[in-house]
Amino acid sequence: MTALAERVRWAPRLATGPAAGTWIALGLVVLLAAAIVTARGGDYLTQANLLNMLSRTTALGIVAVGQTIAILAGSLDLSVAYLIGLTSLIAAEVMAGDPAMIVPGVLAVLAASALVGLVNGLVITKLQVNAFIATLGVGLVIKGILESRYEGPAGSVPVLFQRLGYDRIGPIPVAVLLMLAVAGAAALFLHRTRAGHHVYAVGGNVEVARLSGVPTTRTTVLAHVICSLCAGVAGLYLASRLGAGAPYVGTDGGYDLESIAAVVLGGTVLAGGRGGVSGTVAGVLLLAVLDNLFDQLVLDAFFKASCAAP
Amino acid sequence: MTLAMAGISKSFLGVGVLHDVDLDVRAGEVHALVGENGAGKSTLLKVLSGVHQPDAGTIAIDGEERTFANPRHAQDAGVAIIHQEFTLLPERTVAQNVFLGREPVRRGLVDTVAMEHATAALLAEIGETGFGPDAVVRRLSVAQQQVVEIVKALATDARIVAMDEPTAALAEHEVALLTDLVRRLTARGIAVLYVSHRMPEIFALADRITVLKDGARVTTLTAAELEPPTLVRLMVGRPLSAYYPPRATEFGDVRLEVRGGTAPAISGIDLTVRAGEVVGVAGLQGAGRTELLRAIFGADPFTAGDVLLDGRPVRLSSPRRAIAAGVAMVTEDRKAEGLALAQSVRENALLVLHAVFRRRARVGAARTRDLLATVGLRSAGEDQEVRFLSGGNQQKVVLAKWLAADPRVLLLDEPTRGIDVGAKAAVHELVREQAEAGMAVLMVCSELPELIGMSDRICVLHEGRLAGELPAGASEEDVMALATGHGVPHVEVPR
Repeated sequence: MTALAERVRWAPRLATGPAAGTWIALGLVVLLAAAIVTARGGDYLTQANLLNMLSRTTALGIVAVGQTIAILAGSLDLSVAYLIGLTSLIAAEVMAGDPAMIVPGVLAVLAASALVGLVNGLVITKLQVNAFIATLGVGLVIKGILESRYEGPAGSVPVLFQRLGYDRIGPIPVAVLLMLAVAGAAALFLHRTRAGHHVYAVGGNVEVARLSGVPTTRTTVLAHVICSLCAGVAGLYLASRLGAGAPYVGTDGGYDLESIAAVVLGGTVLAGGRGGVSGTVAGVLLLAVLDNLFDQLVLDAFFKASCAAP
Repeated sequence: MTLAMAGISKSFLGVGVLHDVDLDVRAGEVHALVGENGAGKSTLLKVLSGVHQPDAGTIAIDGEERTFANPRHAQDAGVAIIHQEFTLLPERTVAQNVFLGREPVRRGLVDTVAMEHATAALLAEIGETGFGPDAVVRRLSVAQQQVVEIVKALATDARIVAMDEPTAALAEHEVALLTDLVRRLTARGIAVLYVSHRMPEIFALADRITVLKDGARVTTLTAAELEPPTLVRLMVGRPLSAYYPPRATEFGDVRLEVRGGTAPAISGIDLTVRAGEVVGVAGLQGAGRTELLRAIFGADPFTAGDVLLDGRPVRLSSPRRAIAAGVAMVTEDRKAEGLALAQSVRENALLVLHAVFRRRARVGAARTRDLLATVGLRSAGEDQEVRFLSGGNQQKVVLAKWLAADPRVLLLDEPTRGIDVGAKAAVHELVREQAEAGMAVLMVCSELPELIGMSDRICVLHEGRLAGELPAGASEEDVMALATGHGVPHVEVPR
C-alpha cells in the first residue's frame, strides 16, 4: 500500500477521534473571542496577544501532557503541583547562578522527578493504594518538605538558562517549541511504542491487559514516571521564567486540577484507555483562550472560574 | 500437538473445585468438555491457561511437562484460551487488540503497518470479510468480536485453542458461523477444547467428549458412542441424598402472576406462584433466571407484559415500588448487593424498613431481636459489623432485612451460594417456614438437587424463554433436557 493511501485511510480516524470535538470547540471559541473583542474596539488576533496566550499555556501544557499519560493508564497524579515547586527550587539551588551548573541542575531535576514518579507508581501498584490517595499523599509529603525548608523564593538561575523562558526563534518563544516537543514525544510514545500501547490497555481494562501478557505493574509505574518528568520539565521552565525557585509556584498555578481539567476537556476519558495528547493540547489552548478573553473583558473572576469548570 | 493434563486438583479456600482430573486433547480434534454449572469446567481452563496454578497434577504438551505460572507462559507454549468474558479492549482497533502484549517492533517503534497487514492476513485466512484490521472493536457485533478473539489466539501461533462457552452470547445464525470457524481451525491441525453445555453444538462439532461432575471426570467417550439423553444423564445423574424440609401439601390463591413478561434477556414469560408455594427457576447460565427476578423486582423492569400481585395488576418500575408492594429479593451477590458490609447487624437488618417503611421503622429493639432469632443468626451482638460474619450468617442478615418488611412475595437468587452445609439447611428451613406462613417464593438455584429438593414446582428457562414446567420431584435429567433446549414433552402441572 502506498504512503498516500495509508494517509488517506488514517484521515477519517483523526477526524472522528475524541480530540476532534475539542479542536472544533477551540476554533469556535477563538472566532467568538475575536468577534467580541473586535466589536468592542479591540484587536484580538494580533501577534502579541496570540503569543501572550501561547506562552502562558506552556507550563500547563507540559504538565497536562504528562497528566494525559497517567490518566490514559487509568490513574491520575495530584502531586504535580507540589513537584513543580520542588523542582523549581532544585534547579535554582543546584545552578546557583553558575552557567556551568545548568546541566547538573537539569539532571538533578529529572532524577528527582523520576524518583517521585517511581514512588507514586509503586505505591499504587505494589501497595494497591487508590491513585487519588497515593498521589495526594506523596504530594503532601513534598508540601511538608517545602514548608519546613523554604519560606519564599530561593536559589538563582543563571541568565543563560533564563533564555529558555524568554528567548524567541523568529516570532515563536523557545518555550512553546519545548511544549510542542514534549507533546510530540508523548504522542510518539503513545502511538508507536509497545509501552504506549500498553498504557491504553492497562487503562482500558487491567484484567484484559494482564491476560494478554501485558506487564501491567511496569506500565503503570512508567506512566507515573513520565507524568512526573513532565512536571519536572515544567518546574525547570518556571524557574527560568522566575530566575529563582519558588515553593508555591506550582500550587499557586493550580497545576494539579487544571491539568486534569485540560486532559478531560481534550476528550480523554477520566477512567482511562481512550483519548490522547492532541486533545489535551487543544484543551490547554481552550482554557488559555477563555482565560485571555475574560482578562480582556475584565470579567468577574468567579464567572471565569465557572466557565472553565466543565 | 497434543495436550495431556493428568491428576489436576485445585481448591479455593479449602473448597475442592477439581479432583484428580485427566484430560487429553489431540491435534486436529474438537474435544468437548461438558458438565453442569459449577462442575469445574472454567476452573480447569483457567489452570490450563496459567490463570490458576493446580495444587496437584501435571500438564504436558507433546509429552513434555510444563508449568504455567502466568497466562504468558501458556501463550508461549502454544495454548490460547478464549474466555467466556471477552478479553478485548473496546476502544482499540482490531489490530491493536490482536497484537496486544506482542506488538511487532521495528527500529524501536511499533510497526503499525506490519501489525495491520498481519491482522488482515489472518482475517482473510479464516474468511472474515465483514470488517478490517483498523475497525474499532466497540463498533463490532458480538459475533465479530468473537472472531477477533479467535484471530487473537491464532496470532500467538496457538496450536491448542480452548473456548469457554463461545456461543453463550451469540444469536442462532452466528452460532453456525462459529462452528464453521472451529472446523477450519481443526483442519489446520489445531486442537480445540470446546466447553459448552449446548447439546446440538456438542454433537455437531465434537470428536470426543469429557464429562465433568462435581469437579471430577466422569468419563471420556467418542461422540459416536453417545446419545444426547445418555450425555445428560452422565452430567447430572447422582443420588438425591440431602435432606430437605417437607413440601407443602396445600396452597393458597395465586399471589404473584407474570403474564408475557419481556425484558432485554427474557421474552414472553408466563408464570404464577401461589401463597405457600416455593417455585424453582432452573436454567443454564445466561438463560435469563436472574434477569427474570430482577425484572419482577423492578431493578431492570419488564419492557412488556403484566405483573399481578394477589390478582391486582401492579407496576413495579423500581425496587422501591416493588418493596412497597410487598416484594423482597435476596440477590445473588450478597457482598455487593445485599449488605452494607461495614455497618452493624442491626443497621443492616433494619435497612429496608428505614428506607421504605418509615412509619414501621420505629420498631424498637424487641422486634429486631425477634427477627434475628427467627433467622437463627449467630453473631457477637447486634453491633457487630457484618463483614466479620461467616457467609451463612451474612445471608441470614440479608433474610432478616427482607423479612422485616413482611413481604408477600420472596424472590431468592442463589440463596445458598458460598455458605456451608449447616447454614444451607437453616436457609431451607426458613424459606419453607415463610412459605407455610403464606408467602409466595420464587427461587433460582444452580445446584439442581437443591432446586428440586426445595421446589413445589419448577419452571425451566432456556435462552430467555420458558421451556417448560415440571412438577415437584422431577428428575434432574428432565430439568437438564429442558434447560439445554432438548425438550421433553411439555408436562402439564395440575393447578
